This record gives sequence, C-alpha cells and structure tokens, in this order.
Amino acid sequence: MSALDTAREHYLERFGAFEAGLASEPPWLGALRARAIAAFAERGLPSTRMEEWHYTNVAALAALHCEAPPRGAPVSREQLESLAFPLFACSLYAFVDGRFEPALSAPLTFPGGSRVDSLAALRAGAAERVEPYLGRLVDVKSHPFAALNTAFLDDGAVVHAPRGSHAEQPVHVVFLSTSQPVPRVVHPRLLIVAEVGSRVTVIQDHVTLGEGPGFTNAVSEVWAGADSEVNLILVQRESDAHFHTSNLQVIAQRAARLHASTLTLGGALVRNDAEVLLSEEGAECTLNGLFVGGGDQVLDNHTLIDHAVPHCTSRELYKGVLGGRARGVFRGRVIVRPDAQKTNASQSNPNLLLSSSAEMNTKPQLEIYADDVKCSHGTSIGQIDLEALFYLRSRGLDEARARDLLTRGFALEVLESLPVPALGAGLDDVLVERLRALRPQESQR
Amino acid sequence: MTRTVKRAPMLELKNVHARAGDAVILKGIDLTVRAGEVHAVMGPNGSGKSTLANVLAGRPSVEVTEGQVLFDGTDLTTLAPEQRALEGIFLAFQYPVEIPGVSNTYFLKAALNARRVHRGDQELDAMEFLELVREKMKLVEMEEKFMSRSVNEGFSGGEKKRNEILQMAILEPRLSILDETDSGLDIDALRIVASGVNALRGPERSMLVITHYQRLLDYIVPDFVHVLAEGRIVRSGGKELAQELEKKGYGWLEVEPKTLGAVAR
Repeated sequence: MSALDTAREHYLERFGAFEAGLASEPPWLGALRARAIAAFAERGLPSTRMEEWHYTNVAALAALHCEAPPRGAPVSREQLESLAFPLFACSLYAFVDGRFEPALSAPLTFPGGSRVDSLAALRAGAAERVEPYLGRLVDVKSHPFAALNTAFLDDGAVVHAPRGSHAEQPVHVVFLSTSQPVPRVVHPRLLIVAEVGSRVTVIQDHVTLGEGPGFTNAVSEVWAGADSEVNLILVQRESDAHFHTSNLQVIAQRAARLHASTLTLGGALVRNDAEVLLSEEGAECTLNGLFVGGGDQVLDNHTLIDHAVPHCTSRELYKGVLGGRARGVFRGRVIVRPDAQKTNASQSNPNLLLSSSAEMNTKPQLEIYADDVKCSHGTSIGQIDLEALFYLRSRGLDEARARDLLTRGFALEVLESLPVPALGAGLDDVLVERLRALRPQESQR
Repeated sequence: MTRTVKRAPMLELKNVHARAGDAVILKGIDLTVRAGEVHAVMGPNGSGKSTLANVLAGRPSVEVTEGQVLFDGTDLTTLAPEQRALEGIFLAFQYPVEIPGVSNTYFLKAALNARRVHRGDQELDAMEFLELVREKMKLVEMEEKFMSRSVNEGFSGGEKKRNEILQMAILEPRLSILDETDSGLDIDALRIVASGVNALRGPERSMLVITHYQRLLDYIVPDFVHVLAEGRIVRSGGKELAQELEKKGYGWLEVEPKTLGAVAR
C-alpha cells in the first residue's frame, strides 16, 4: 500500500469515529458531509500523476497520519497576542486547534450589523443561516483536501455583512495550531457572505505554537454580492514543520469588487488553490500572492479566474522568493468564456531565486474563447540584480544586508497592494524576519 | 597638532593593470592623490576611465591583475566594496541603478548609519536624519518628495545624478570618484551638480573627476588633469591641460607616439 492509500484508509477510519461522535444535525449538513467523504473515498489524496498535483508530492504529508486535536489545549492570551502580533489590530477571533475560543477573542461590534460567528455555534443553533452558502462554492470532487475539510467540518468563522453595511475595521481571524507529540490535523472553515453594497475586510491568519509537525487544511468560501467590496488577506506563517493546504472559492456578482491576497511566509509544504468566478457583469477581482521559502519548503499556488460573463476585470500578481532547496509552483488559469466579451485580464508571476538549488515551476494558462478581450500575462524567473547589489554595497551596506534589501524590495509590491496599509507594514516586519532566516549560513553575521 | 605641508598620499596607484572579463583595460596606471586635491581624469571612450573608477570602488567584475592600489597605505584590493565605502570611498555612478521597493530615505539612512557606526559615532535617529537630509537636499535643489520614492526609480537622468551627489553630500566621503557625472546633463543640472560637488571640497577631501568633456571642469576646477588613453596615463598637467584638450581634441595625444615612430623610421 502506498503512503497515499494508507492515508486514505486512515482518514476514512477517523471519519467513522468522528461521525459517530457528532450531535444530531440538519439533514442538509449530513448530506454535505456524505458527499464529501464519498468524493474523498473515491479519489483519496492526490498523486503527482494528477496534472493539478504534478509538481507537488504530498507523500510526506500523507505519512504523518494526523489525529484530531484534543479539546482545549492551554494557550494563554499573552501567547496568542504575541503570535498574532504585529497583525493584531482591533478585533480578534481566535481559533485554537480548530475551535473558537471566546475567552481569547476580542470581538468588535461592527456598525451596520456585520457579525462574526463561530460556525460550531451556528451549526448547533442556527444552521439555516449558513445553509444557503456553506459548501456550495467548492467542488469536493476536484479538490480532495477540500473534500476532507468538508467531511470533517466542525468549526470556523462565519462573517456576515448585511446589505449596505460598511465595516471599516478589519475582522482578524487567527487560526492557531499547537504542536503536540502526535501530529494533529485541523480543518478550519471560513465563510464570508457580503450582501448587496456591503464592504468587509477579513484577515485570515494562520500561526503555530511550537515547532512540531502538524497539518492545517482550510477552506474559505466568499460570496461577494452585487456592488459589494470584499477584501481577504490570507496569511500563512506557520512553522517550517507544518503542512498547510488551503482552498479559496469566491463568487463575485454584479459589479462586486474582490481583493484577495495570499501571503505564504512559512510551512513545510503549502498548497493553495484560489478560484474566483466572475459570475455577473462588472465584477472585478484582484488576486495577489507572495510566497517566500527556503530550506526544503514546497510552496504551491494554483489559481483559477473564470470570466463567465462580459465586462469583468481581473488582475493577478503572484511573486515568489525562493532560497535554499525550496521549490515553488505557480499555475495560473484564466478562462474567458465564449460570451465574456470586453474581458480585461492581466496576470503576472515574477520570481526571484536566491540560490542555485532553489526551483520554480510556473505555468500561466490562459484559455480564451471570446474574441473581443484584453488579456495579458507574463512570468519571469530571475536572480538578484548584480548591478543593484554593487550599488548598495558601494554605499556601505554589507552584502547580506544588501541582498535582503533587494529581496524585500522585490516582495514589497505585493504587501503595498494590500487594502489595509497598516497590515502591509506589520507584514513587512514578518517578511524581513523571514528573509533573515533564508540567508545562506556563510553570509550570516 | 600641525601637519606637514607635503602630506602622505591618500590614494596611490602603482603600475595598476586591470581587466574586466577577458579584456585587459588598464595597462599600468600610476597616480597619486593627496588630501584636498581634485584630480580630473579625461580621455576618449574606451580609454579605461570607468574601469579605473571601478577598480577603486571594488566592482566585482573588475580584477586587478598587477600593481598596487593603496588607500591610506593599505591595499584596497583586499577590501569588499562596502568596506571601501566605510573607509570613505564613494563612487558616483555613471548610470545610477533603479531599486524598486527600497525608499531613498531608508537606503540613505542605512548607508549613513553604517558609516557612522564604523567611525564609532552614534546612529542618527529619524528626526536627526531628516534634518540633515533637508539641509543637503537644498544643496542639490532636490524636492523632498524624492525621499519617499524608491531609489532612482522613474527618476530622470538629471534627477539620478543629483541623487548621487545628495548621497555623497550626506555620506561625506574622503575620496569621491565621479564617473562621468556630467553625461546626459543639461547646463542647469550641470551647474547644480557642480555646486553640490564644490560645497564638499575641503582640505580633508579628495576627488577624482572622470569626464569625457572639459565642460564640467569649468565648474569643478581641478588641481591636476590626467589624460588616459588605451589604459595608460599619457599626459598629466594642471587645469590648462583640459583646455588644450578642448581645443585640440584627443586625436593628437594618440597620434603623437605614432608620429614619433614615423620620424624615427
């Protein structure tokens, strides 16, 4: 039996126990789980024979045989805040090992009635509020990890922005994983429902406490209603032993504006799928990403922007910085459907390699079936500009510092594009620290 | 403490040969620069002027293959570019580099504080630095908005050169090398750049002004002029040599040895 097959058996077996322990829940939720576990049972974990997983081997993740975390790992408010810093701004919704922790959270009352709820609480009491949205955007048949998440669906954050509401303060959701002797898996879920004309910003922040291996398998679904503005910033800054898969599904309706950024600043193996459906005219999306890795990290971003109707705009910028023996993958699909005239789509994936053993695989994939469109894409894989390096050194900055500055300068474009400037500044500190850790040993001071 | 009139050389080049890649560019340069002196190095394109500047600043692609480069008596060739900068050497680039994502302020402050720490001085805090920058920006007639922009990114040719002189004014190098700072400048920009340079002249500071044209030397009046041709200094003299070159061009210098040969034959 391969590691993948063993892992499938492992998770199917654990699902049986999990399901037996579930309190009664509405039939639609049970059906959602049933569909998901059936899809997972059929396909199992993805192998590199699948085109979508060609460059990313999950055998090491499969071999972990993660267990569900025990309830109530002790985490103090100080520990949480130090991990959440410097992003920690105003509101804080803390999830420890997948479960909402009200005692560690600092909720905020949003004007206009935006609310943030724990999915577990809604499941128990007001499941009808999530029924029209939950699990409806993600196709569990084509996303094995999302299938697993949906089958084990337990807790998460539900952000609801009512019609016309403007939440000026970002909603900061922290998913903290504690590392324990036996590797643990959590399946966090985020659901954002932005009604007509609303505006909401959510920071989805993944951190770890401890350096041991673990696995976070997240799914986020975003409903951007007509004329809404939704900003989502996904921050992954887990330990180098932590595995992370994330699946983001967005539907943008008439004239909705979505700005989603994925910032990968940690993790052993990180695989992000981000898919945006521009379903009605006038919808706009900006899909950005920054991934910074070293050591033996594998950082994989698969994106899909689907221009289903005319007059939609998409902009995509993914930047990669890879040192050590790190490997990066970018696959950016943009589909322009036959009816989607006047589409405006641009995609760019520049990458910076800091070492000769780092590797980047990039594959822009534009599938254009309409004839009156403006589409562009570009990709590059380069190294530090030696002329710029000499320039900085000639002003007295040592080589390591000069390299860090140039690398940071390269990456900054993505942080500066964030819709929350203060967050960009906070993440800049995280980035600088990360880059210091990526320095080759011999040039460290 | 009194100093002797004839000071020890700040910079001494002895029979310096250098190559860039496979090409041998410098073929035996001898040059002595003392504190307070301004030396102009002139010469036609391809004579080795920029290679000379790069030898001094430590550009990694330029290799000294023979001879000695001494700064305060120590061998410069063993020092990394940043170490040379910390010792007080500054190269104003012919083509200043654009650096996206690094603000001018951040860059300059980091450079200045690296130099201050090396000298054993306290680092300047943000306020002190801002005050200094404002003062120096007046010198090169630069607007403050340039400080928040990325280094040289989207700057015009003249703005880039002024930014070089601003850096020089802030870092207060002991030896400044200006590599064709006048290239691509209109007369107003040239005047601004030159007055910035002149404000830095002093008994402790030396300069090597590399230029193709005599025009710059109307504004930055040198103590000595050297003419470089085919990797050697073929003529040295006072400032009047520059004027002679302006009148006659470089042709006569290169032709001369051949003419002599023809006579001998």
